[in-house]
Amino acid sequence: MFTITVASILLVVFIGLGLYLKSVPIFEHTSFWHLITSSEWKPGSGEFGFLPFIAGTLWITAIAVLLSLPVALLSALFLTEYSKTYVKKWVFTALDILAGIPSVVYGVWGTLFIVPWISEKLAPHFVEYSTGYTVLAGGIVLGVMILPLLISLFVEIFSAVPQEYRDAALSLGATKWQTSKYVVLRKTFPGILAAIILAVSRAFGETIAVLMVCGNIPLIPHSLFDSCYPLPALIANNYGEMLSVPMYESALMLAAFLLFIVVFIFNASSRAVIYQIERRYK
Amino acid sequence: MGTLQFGNPAQRLGSLGSLFFNNFLFHRKSQENSHTQQHKVSYKLKNSNLSVRNLNVHIQKNHILKNVNIEIPDKKITCIIGPSGCGKSTLLKTFNRLIDDTEGVSYDGSILVDGADIFDNKTEITEIRKKMGLLSQRPCPLPMSIYDNIAFGCKMHGEHRRKKLNQIVEDQLKAVGLWTEVKSRLNTPASRLSIGQQQRLCLARGLAVEPEFILADEATSALDPISSKHIEELFVELKEDYAIILVTHTLRQALRIADHVIFMYLGEVIESGPADEVFNNPKQELTRKYLEGAFS
Amino acid sequence: MKFKFIEEKVAKVLMIASAIAVFAFVVNIIYTILRRGLPALNWDMISKIPAGGYYNGGGGGILNAIVGSLYIVLGSTILGLLISIPVVFYLNVYLSKDSRLAYTARLAFDVLFGIPSIVYGAFAFTIMIYLGMHTSLGGGILVITLLIIPILIRSMDEVARQLPKDLLDATYALGATKLETIQVVLRQIAPGIATATLLSVGRAIGDAAGVMFTAGFTDSIPTSLSQPAATLPLSVFFQLSSPNADVQDRAYSAALILIFIVLVISVTGRLITNHFSKNKI
Repeated sequence: MFTITVASILLVVFIGLGLYLKSVPIFEHTSFWHLITSSEWKPGSGEFGFLPFIAGTLWITAIAVLLSLPVALLSALFLTEYSKTYVKKWVFTALDILAGIPSVVYGVWGTLFIVPWISEKLAPHFVEYSTGYTVLAGGIVLGVMILPLLISLFVEIFSAVPQEYRDAALSLGATKWQTSKYVVLRKTFPGILAAIILAVSRAFGETIAVLMVCGNIPLIPHSLFDSCYPLPALIANNYGEMLSVPMYESALMLAAFLLFIVVFIFNASSRAVIYQIERRYK
Repeated sequence: MGTLQFGNPAQRLGSLGSLFFNNFLFHRKSQENSHTQQHKVSYKLKNSNLSVRNLNVHIQKNHILKNVNIEIPDKKITCIIGPSGCGKSTLLKTFNRLIDDTEGVSYDGSILVDGADIFDNKTEITEIRKKMGLLSQRPCPLPMSIYDNIAFGCKMHGEHRRKKLNQIVEDQLKAVGLWTEVKSRLNTPASRLSIGQQQRLCLARGLAVEPEFILADEATSALDPISSKHIEELFVELKEDYAIILVTHTLRQALRIADHVIFMYLGEVIESGPADEVFNNPKQELTRKYLEGAFS
Repeated sequence: MKFKFIEEKVAKVLMIASAIAVFAFVVNIIYTILRRGLPALNWDMISKIPAGGYYNGGGGGILNAIVGSLYIVLGSTILGLLISIPVVFYLNVYLSKDSRLAYTARLAFDVLFGIPSIVYGAFAFTIMIYLGMHTSLGGGILVITLLIIPILIRSMDEVARQLPKDLLDATYALGATKLETIQVVLRQIAPGIATATLLSVGRAIGDAAGVMFTAGFTDSIPTSLSQPAATLPLSVFFQLSSPNADVQDRAYSAALILIFIVLVISVTGRLITNHFSKNKI
């Protein structure tokens, strides 16, 4: 048992190390700085600029968070401060279902509903033409995917605020909403931050759903209605060819390594924030 | 008293002892009272701005408060005493309608504050709550600076003028005796104060909205003896301007500072009246038993 | 009217709207898939493997994917439980609460929990190349096992940590060895193990990114660990990429089958939790 435990811990190290070692060849070929800042992606000619993919990932994650954060905060406040028990049961059931839907199904929903909606109803107001396979589509789908996580985390955080704080504010004559705004949200701010970091980390790694709706064009997106090509999609789409082109495998492993590092850092910082909170209030 | 004279010697000694003990305590208390209180034992309840008439409160099928009928005298300290679980806190929370948020609550009866029924649909809850300041058992400073804590209530009611707020903060901090201690760090988080200071801050916060009543729910039970004493002294000072309703679990506290006493048991008001009457001449058997410490 | 009351009303409307939005999404997702998938759903889909030319409109079904997914989920769940149950016991029975090892282990599992499945896939792929394995059922089981181990450990650990210390103390006081204590703990957290398993199964069945380059894809049902295996999510994906509209419709029905399986698992999980827990919301 001891060995299995230790082995599991070392697994983290192995994964990081393994991916790094596999990426080494490309470091010898091009400098890290150049890899991150160049937008030229021509594996056949040995050009590996990761900027479009990094930008794509950042774009859709930002949109996903922007869209789902207000909905999540408001829903969580509603669930903890306002709603009755039976309403809570229903909403939590709905959230459970959302959380359980496999990502490929989200992708199908995205292609069936979101993409045509953008292409036919939304985009004509803003641009001349859009296929619908856009940054926006990826952002919306991703946003819905992280919604259950955010809401359940928020509800947990909000419920942990002792009732006395709300009583104190209400007794002073504040309305329920004022109490939520000035007391609950303020008190839980670090927790909210930690939850967002966790959700972002989840969003970074989402592969299939995004891949199906984002367009997969390796260019830096300049508007919501441009296509993009996030990092996970890059890896998923090209694993078949990676062994035939030199350096390609190393490049994709670098992409995986980047993802690993980012997720690692985000998880660690989220934990650190939570640790700080617990320390301050103990 | 007849049979007792010829009863068991130990019993006789016991009852004599308790008589002596109680008298001694009450004697002490009435001496204290004579310093702080100019009125004598019985005073008219003419000055009462809070009347409870036939109040019944149910929480999820449990009959928590049964037919409560009391008058709270103005400018006095009213102590609600009774064993735990008898509905004292619920009664207090009904005064400012804080129990409205509890799930499954229903009530009937009326509570008249300044002549108006607070259960009336037309009354604005925030206005009612403005008249009642609540002090909880555990000090709960809001997650903001000392200044913002006190200014919070005023801001919620629309007062935003900086000068006025500054004045209010200073006044209230002085009223609770915190001004000199904190005047140099008004913008630091309130959570850094000691527990006793925090409770005084919460009191100042409640006073800032100019209430008529101060509702204190076992306000000193989480504090150390010295801070408790501070708060009690504050109550005695403040009763000149406010009606203070203090729920207390310790009989001694009531003995120390109460002017008016309400004894509750299992959701019913057993007895209520001026402190001297209730403590020295309880009319109900239950009250007498409680005072003698038969149960708590 | 005072601003604060207007603010309150507006806030309330927005909050209710957000809660409704959650419902709206669930309904929309299921309805969209249902609408396109139900007409194409027929008995053939779940009982036949793809015939030649399936992806261009030929006959057959997705039995290959259903069985493939089943094999992978079964294999990885068994393997995963074999690894994670001992770890949970070790963390909670053998190690003290404050031990450094326990803290580091939980930290490591949190990190592993957060690693996206595509990274696991890439990692497993490199290992497979190193070991000379080709895309196969074995590879798929390997990846999914890696993926669900953190999920299993985390869920079971949560339950195990809530065990009252008195339970362990009482068993020791009666003279039980560590091994016998394990049996007691096992019975106590059995519902926790059940929910953890269901959680991981749900996750395992729906994952596409991990199995993409480890299990490969095939039209037949694998008969050994070294043959490639098809999975439901990938089956949906590939059918969707076909230019033939009929095949696309079949993709939707495959998605429907997938959703159905996942919902059943999820409902079972909830029933178990509700049955065994005292105070849920």
